[in-house]
Amino acid sequence: MRRLSNALVAMVAAVGLLAAAGTAGAADKVKVGFIFVGPIGDHGWSYEHNQGRLAIEKEFGDKVETTYVENVSEGPDAERVIQRLAQGGSDIIFTTSFGFMNPTIKVAKRFPKVKFEHATGFKRDANVSTYSSRFYEGRHVIGLIAGKMTKTNTIGYIASFPIPEVVRGINAAYLAAKSVNPDIKFKVVWVSTWFDPGKEADAAKALIDQGADILMQHTDSPAAMKIAEEAGIFAFGQASDMHRFGPNAQLTSIVDAWSPYYISRVKAVMDGTWESTDTWGGFDSGMVLLSDYSDKIPADVREMAEKAHDAIKAGTLHPFTGPINKQDGSVWLKAGETAPDGDLLGMNFYVEGVEGSLPK
Amino acid sequence: MLRLELRKEPSRAMRYATPVLAVLLTILAGGIMFALMGKDPVEALHVFFISPLSDLFSITELMVKASPLILIAVGLSFGFRAGVWNIGAEGQFTVGALTGGVVALIFYNVPGIWLLPMMTIAGVLGGMAWAAIPAFLRTRYNANEILVSLMLTYVAILLLSVLVHGPLRDPEGLNFPESRMFHDSATLPILIAGTRANIGFVVAILVAITAWIVMARHVIGFQVRVMGEAPLAARFSGFLESRIVWLCLMISGGLAGMAGLFEAAGSVGQLVPMLPVGYGFTAIIVAFLGRLNPIGIVAAGLVMAVTYIGGEAAQIELGLPSAVTGVFQGMLLFFLLGIDVLVHYQIKSRRPSAVAAKS
Repeated sequence: MRRLSNALVAMVAAVGLLAAAGTAGAADKVKVGFIFVGPIGDHGWSYEHNQGRLAIEKEFGDKVETTYVENVSEGPDAERVIQRLAQGGSDIIFTTSFGFMNPTIKVAKRFPKVKFEHATGFKRDANVSTYSSRFYEGRHVIGLIAGKMTKTNTIGYIASFPIPEVVRGINAAYLAAKSVNPDIKFKVVWVSTWFDPGKEADAAKALIDQGADILMQHTDSPAAMKIAEEAGIFAFGQASDMHRFGPNAQLTSIVDAWSPYYISRVKAVMDGTWESTDTWGGFDSGMVLLSDYSDKIPADVREMAEKAHDAIKAGTLHPFTGPINKQDGSVWLKAGETAPDGDLLGMNFYVEGVEGSLPK
Repeated sequence: MLRLELRKEPSRAMRYATPVLAVLLTILAGGIMFALMGKDPVEALHVFFISPLSDLFSITELMVKASPLILIAVGLSFGFRAGVWNIGAEGQFTVGALTGGVVALIFYNVPGIWLLPMMTIAGVLGGMAWAAIPAFLRTRYNANEILVSLMLTYVAILLLSVLVHGPLRDPEGLNFPESRMFHDSATLPILIAGTRANIGFVVAILVAITAWIVMARHVIGFQVRVMGEAPLAARFSGFLESRIVWLCLMISGGLAGMAGLFEAAGSVGQLVPMLPVGYGFTAIIVAFLGRLNPIGIVAAGLVMAVTYIGGEAAQIELGLPSAVTGVFQGMLLFFLLGIDVLVHYQIKSRRPSAVAAKS
């Protein structure tokens, strides 16, 4: 009963607000709010989201006004910050980390007029869209390069948290590397953080000590890249082009390119065509890019990588194509079968051949 | 050369004026900092210190932010007065959230008015249990409670992380590390509709008042104070040191556990790995800023909350970096300690004299 009356109140409020929106503010600037989990200077995840924000400013000039809050932990503070952005008159708010999901949904209910865009989550509402990128497509390509270029057959992988996104990345890279190098071994270190240059650097050193001669990372700082540069080995950058941190070490980076998506969503708000959607874009949508290949990659390897990239982009190659078994030997995908998105979104298992167990 | 010399009798008035002075100096230094950053200092200070008090939403958020700080700091003040240094309130906070949260998750589909009290008791017991480890090791093996309680904080945070990644994970949550959302009767009642201000703030105030009475009027408060100010006298008059150690750690652990549960069942509504955001450590500053006096701590908790809320406002409205919050908190502590030194010591230029040597 209480639920019902709340819902009625919300609906009445929504109608009122919509009516108000219709009459006022059409000529005003569109206000765009951002909330970042890390500092915008992390040179990784939050940095690239902020690049997207700057791209919005560049695209629309004085027709938009953007504002952001950085370093917001995925705990009790997130809801307040999101609400503050909504109260401050933002027309659209991008909440750019998984842990902002429930706070986003809660605030969205209170501000039915404001549009919300939540990155990497799965809860939507009439005014909440979700978006993410198929980073695993990039992981496939770097897996191929790593499999071909490793001398010790050992790849070091710095992982953050055992969520589907990260597990998917490990599996994608491993399967690709294995397909070109049957002796490949992946060593995974879980650092339990997205951004901690000290921990990331320690993990990188530990992996090098264990014989890894190529590093991959699913954390946000360029610390591992710097360690790889010092140690004279190779590494792949994450989220952002980390070339300047490892001019010799970086083979390529998987770059999150949020600008096209952000610009299109802000445009939709301006045109009044915004709808709640679920976007999961890969190479084909321009949301995942690979930065310039290092000239240390041999020509044949580069050719193979480019071919794989183009095939994924064209939709003729899926990085998760069977036969693939789970780590315990049970069948996941039969020969020729490609992974349904549902399996990928909830992935909580290693594929066969990956050593170790997922942290529980 | 200058040197510091202990004053015979620190001014009592100054002792209480110190926190106020520290706040004023912080505002002054903050204004200079804003000016150096090219911002209008008056406008920036207004956004930072006045805007958190200027609308209902901000005031309610102030209450949300101050409640755990007050609860934890009041608990810590007992120990700090007695010379029992519980630095691990953050860990007790986390375990309290965990034990209380587990109760909520066990009964995730069973509503009832008994649930919230049960969760609160579980949270308090969880915090106490975590604080019992340093208490036991200190009283039995004379292990330093500062180190033990601090180290256990990291254990607690990892424990929460492990459980939320595993057994407590939301079965419908696509394997993301967070628990189910608590249902309505497992979340704290809201004081003002449409805001997050919950009953936790009222409890925090009541706890502070109770603690003030206990500290001023009850024999426990007397023992705690004597223990801190004259440990030898305490021993001679037959107070058991181990009893005081246990008492202080149980009070601070229990209140920190309650704060943790209130945070999980209040403003968050579920267990998430990032639940502990440093309240347990910030509360140490709050306890000292409030002169270890429960009523002072309420004021200090609110001041500290202003720095958080104002820091966010400064980011949104002025585009200042998030580090501003930390800078302000650091300055506050710095000025507080700095003035304290000057209240307790006087600066003398180095001229060795017989009189100075004697005093």
